[in-house]
Amino acid sequence: MSIDPIFLVEAAVNGVLLGGVIALLALGLNLIFGVLDIVWIAYVDLVMLCMYAIYFLVTVQGWPIWAAGIVSLAVGALLGVAVHLLIITPILTSPPINQLLATGGLLFFLQSAATLLWTTDHRSVRLSLPSWEIGGIFLPATRLIPFGISILAVIALYLFLTRTYIGTAIRAVSQDREAMSLMGASPQRIYIVTSAVGGLMAGLAGALLIFQYAVHPFFGGQFGPLTFMVCVLGGLGNMVGAFIASFIISEVIAVGGVVISTEMGYVIAFVIFIVMMFVRPGGILARRQ
Amino acid sequence: MLEVRDITAGYGQFTALWDVSLRVDHGEAVAVVGPNGAGKTTLLRVISGLIAPRAGALTFDGTELAGRPAHQIVRHGIAHVPEGRRLFPALTVADNLKMGAFLPAARARFTESLERVYALFPVLAERRAQRAGSMSGGEQQMLAIGRALMSRPKIILLDEPSMGLAPVLVLRLFDLIRRVREEGYTILVVEQNVRQVLKLVDRAYLLEVGRIRMEGRAAELAEQDFVRKAYLGA
Repeated sequence: MSIDPIFLVEAAVNGVLLGGVIALLALGLNLIFGVLDIVWIAYVDLVMLCMYAIYFLVTVQGWPIWAAGIVSLAVGALLGVAVHLLIITPILTSPPINQLLATGGLLFFLQSAATLLWTTDHRSVRLSLPSWEIGGIFLPATRLIPFGISILAVIALYLFLTRTYIGTAIRAVSQDREAMSLMGASPQRIYIVTSAVGGLMAGLAGALLIFQYAVHPFFGGQFGPLTFMVCVLGGLGNMVGAFIASFIISEVIAVGGVVISTEMGYVIAFVIFIVMMFVRPGGILARRQ
Repeated sequence: MLEVRDITAGYGQFTALWDVSLRVDHGEAVAVVGPNGAGKTTLLRVISGLIAPRAGALTFDGTELAGRPAHQIVRHGIAHVPEGRRLFPALTVADNLKMGAFLPAARARFTESLERVYALFPVLAERRAQRAGSMSGGEQQMLAIGRALMSRPKIILLDEPSMGLAPVLVLRLFDLIRRVREEGYTILVVEQNVRQVLKLVDRAYLLEVGRIRMEGRAAELAEQDFVRKAYLGA
């Protein structure tokens, strides 16, 4: 089997471009986990709701995509706060298994609700955007724009977490909750801000994913497992690790997809993940014991 | 300034403090000493709001604070340097100090507070970009005290500041605490190092199995059987 090397290069480039958006999802999920110690199983299902919001605003209301994208950020942040107040707050001190069941239950609720409301149709926003060809590689704007915005968002998140009081407090709470309350920060307030930021990132990811993907009620299943895999591979709660892992996984999927088949790309990614769990259970950046 | 009256507190079924009363006046340094498990840490945790008392009153500058959560109590000017220091180990020294000034009122005077803390503990200025968790025990204790000062408190609660430090460092630390005192801060300190702490404070209380057994001026207590009792129990 011979493959034109240009396809491999194109696949590698596509892997990087996809990695940007995956990083956004992984960092959002990781941020919430780092602070609250709870994995939002339904995280990507919030992305799905945001994508529906954009879809209806653009196709039914005729809004421009950027305006719908801004609404998506707000929808994401509000959903994040709602999930925290309605689902997480009552079970904050419950055993981890109950927390998983609750956020997992939310996933089924959201999928079913979306199916009832909007049927299982795949809906996509048709954007007529240019595409460039450089050295035989196609670079469509539908991939370049989401990648560029993702990277800017990751930088913005980094600056928020390192330069602002509230961002530093978010990192501090994930290290010592009680000590942070002695500094005068209400833990619940920090949780709400964290959930809002995590939700905002889901909203942004939704706005960027809709450039390339159709939305349907089971969209979460498409990117949810991938996002968890990236977070665990990077080391749960480890932001730098998650960022690197996003690109590893998306490269494997993109290149494996071209070399063998799309399905096999995912299979290989999961095999690498399982092997890594034996070799480095603490994530790629974990120090060896 | 700080008045604790008939406080009873504990964890679950267990009662750690029984009708404990104490008072700290403005500008005073007061110690609470006693053997392990006497309830000293619990007492400080009740004052800073980490534990709600079951009964009793806690007033600070005339405001009733019993049962308020910790993040509200700090606002009134009570800074707690907890047992084991409880720094944010992965944050830098500078970020730890920044978190000390988290409250809006403290944030407004951040630069001024930071200069004061760096003047008091020059080593923190040298290490500002280092992760807190990678510093020595003595430096960590200075950072913990510095972080508490960043909130511009009226009173500082120190829980076992000498814990885990080598004897030479303990002497240096007490010198530093003396300097903090000279800056005009009111101090309530809990210590196992009774002899040293009695040289530092004006008055002391002996806490034993959750009850105050003795109290008095430090100089007088040092001459009595107090030191032996503090170690061994009355």
